[in-house]
Amino acid sequence: MPDHEIQKEIRLIGTGASPGICIGKAYLVDKEGIDIVEKYFISRKNLDSEIKRFKMAVKNAADELRAIIENAPEDVRRHTGILETHVALLKDKMLYDKTIETIKNERVNAEWALKKVVTGIKMLFHDISDSYLKARSDDITHVSDRIMRFLIGTEEINIGNIDKRVILVAKDLSPADTSQIQLDKVMGFLTDRGGKASHTSIIARTLEVPAVLGLGNATQIINNDDRIIIDGATGIVILNATDQTLSEYKELKARFEERKAFLSRGSHLKAETLDGLSLQIMGNIELPEEVVSVLDHGGDGIGLYRTEFQYLSRNEFPGEDELFDKYKDVVEVMGRRPVTIRTLDINGDKAIANSNGSDEANPALGLRAIRYCLKKPDIFRTQLRAILRAAAFGNVRILIPMISSLDEIRDTKRLLNEAANSLEKEGKAYNKNIEFGIMIEVPSAVILADVMAQEVDFFSIGTNDLIQYTLAIDRGNREVAHLYHPFHPAILRMIKHVTDVGKEKGIKVYMCGEMAGDPFNVPVLLGLGIDELSMNPQSIPAVKNMIRSLKVEDARRFIMEALKQTTTMDAIKLVEASFGEMIGQ
Amino acid sequence: MNKEHSNFSKSVMITNELGLHARAAAKIARLAMQAEKIIWIIKDDEKVDASSIIDILTLGCSKGTMIKITTDNESDIDVLNDIVMLVEKGFGE
Repeated sequence: MPDHEIQKEIRLIGTGASPGICIGKAYLVDKEGIDIVEKYFISRKNLDSEIKRFKMAVKNAADELRAIIENAPEDVRRHTGILETHVALLKDKMLYDKTIETIKNERVNAEWALKKVVTGIKMLFHDISDSYLKARSDDITHVSDRIMRFLIGTEEINIGNIDKRVILVAKDLSPADTSQIQLDKVMGFLTDRGGKASHTSIIARTLEVPAVLGLGNATQIINNDDRIIIDGATGIVILNATDQTLSEYKELKARFEERKAFLSRGSHLKAETLDGLSLQIMGNIELPEEVVSVLDHGGDGIGLYRTEFQYLSRNEFPGEDELFDKYKDVVEVMGRRPVTIRTLDINGDKAIANSNGSDEANPALGLRAIRYCLKKPDIFRTQLRAILRAAAFGNVRILIPMISSLDEIRDTKRLLNEAANSLEKEGKAYNKNIEFGIMIEVPSAVILADVMAQEVDFFSIGTNDLIQYTLAIDRGNREVAHLYHPFHPAILRMIKHVTDVGKEKGIKVYMCGEMAGDPFNVPVLLGLGIDELSMNPQSIPAVKNMIRSLKVEDARRFIMEALKQTTTMDAIKLVEASFGEMIGQ
Repeated sequence: MNKEHSNFSKSVMITNELGLHARAAAKIARLAMQAEKIIWIIKDDEKVDASSIIDILTLGCSKGTMIKITTDNESDIDVLNDIVMLVEKGFGE
């Protein structure tokens, strides 16, 4: 008998959010976005300087907070009261004095002492029954995070000091977090929260690395440096794999990569059905660098260029020239192929202030996207001018997110005209004859599609938000994420309505949500009559392949049946029964 | 008279909508820091230091909660009264 204990193989099941298999070592990131805190002992003679280091971090945190308060624009200033409270919390005796005491008494480093004290404080909040007051422990988290950042001397997430590729394990990753990760170091993602349509999943698919999300308690089970296997298609995560399991997965990995290679060989062929209808297959991008990936995978253009990135993880709004450079980069590389630039789709103030959006109870229903832009015309104008200038260099379309009423379209067009006029006056090169489209992602826009169609050149259906708003499901909430499905009968009927209106009014209907990138959905989308599909670049080959194996005539007949289904499950089963063989390969 | 053991206290009800939240606790703490000795806040059988925002928050006082504010130092009575008044006014919210 071996004298060491043999560890049992453990299997965890989550949501498979990005396909692929990887085998590697775990790297844990704390919930708050700070690395796992190290503990080390401080010699007696260094205790004073360790305490000084803590005091300095608190002082820096306070200075930073005061600067944020002072620099807040006037209309935000009345919300800075909570930040002033945070300044007071920094020096609260339960936090400040206690941490210093802990450093002294236990002779440990400041990070560890702070972590210990904060954990103790949070325990006290467990028993509070009032949910609002219970959530006040968040204030303490924010404050201690800020100190911790100065102690460790890093940005939110620092995986810069690892020299090998790892599997990132976290409770949750916000878009701001993922924008700071050195993505080339990540070979896979595991998170406790989140689902198939979350930001992490999108990033993982963009990078073509496997991801399993919504695992519940992965961060508690997995330790740093554990060797794990991820199967991003099935959502299975394996710890302490036996030799047999390991070789099984090595083989699966090889087979998966072979299939990917097969698809990519056909990716430059046209997406034409067996009966001769050809569709435009476009790529969604977030960074200019991804353009290459779109072209490599056989994309016909950019169907969605997300522009939020330039507004994330920084202290001030990007200037017109900076935006123009970024847009022009993409437009020039794409040449005659269309580049659909979507205007800012977040609350810019929050992105810039990096305040994690805690002020709005329901950010998804709050001040974001076009609502924010129309409220901040100066910020919007900067972006509109940059887009019009980039349009002089290629084939640009402009796409407005989160339209819910006609006024928003008219106000946007007015601002766009003003921007063009000002460029004209300044004698700058620009092009205002660009296609103007709106995202169809709020149910009211679906119902008013006939009215909206008269004012725009195209619709682009954003299925992620449309499903979220129509079915009232937060796709990041694992309790309800399973209810989120594009084949919900209500969703299928809504899309049908939009494509019908498009045909009647003679405008094109595109789709750029997640729904467009899954080969399984292709028969449905073809039947519904979507003119152009836009997806993660990596999905293009498989979707094109699927289109080439179908007849549009069959798809149209099929969709009439699909629309008669009354439950999501029935619709899925019908697709499986009718097209399962092709999809199953 | 044994002055040391005398104890000054007042009971008051939390009337503002959100209860004793961070900003309200910060206002109490700011006043309590002016006292010479510790001013205590008592809810049921829990007793916390009024000069610590965090300590106050851990009481979890929602609207309608009765709290007792107390000190054993006579010269801090003014501070105690100020705190009572602040709570009674609903923190000016």
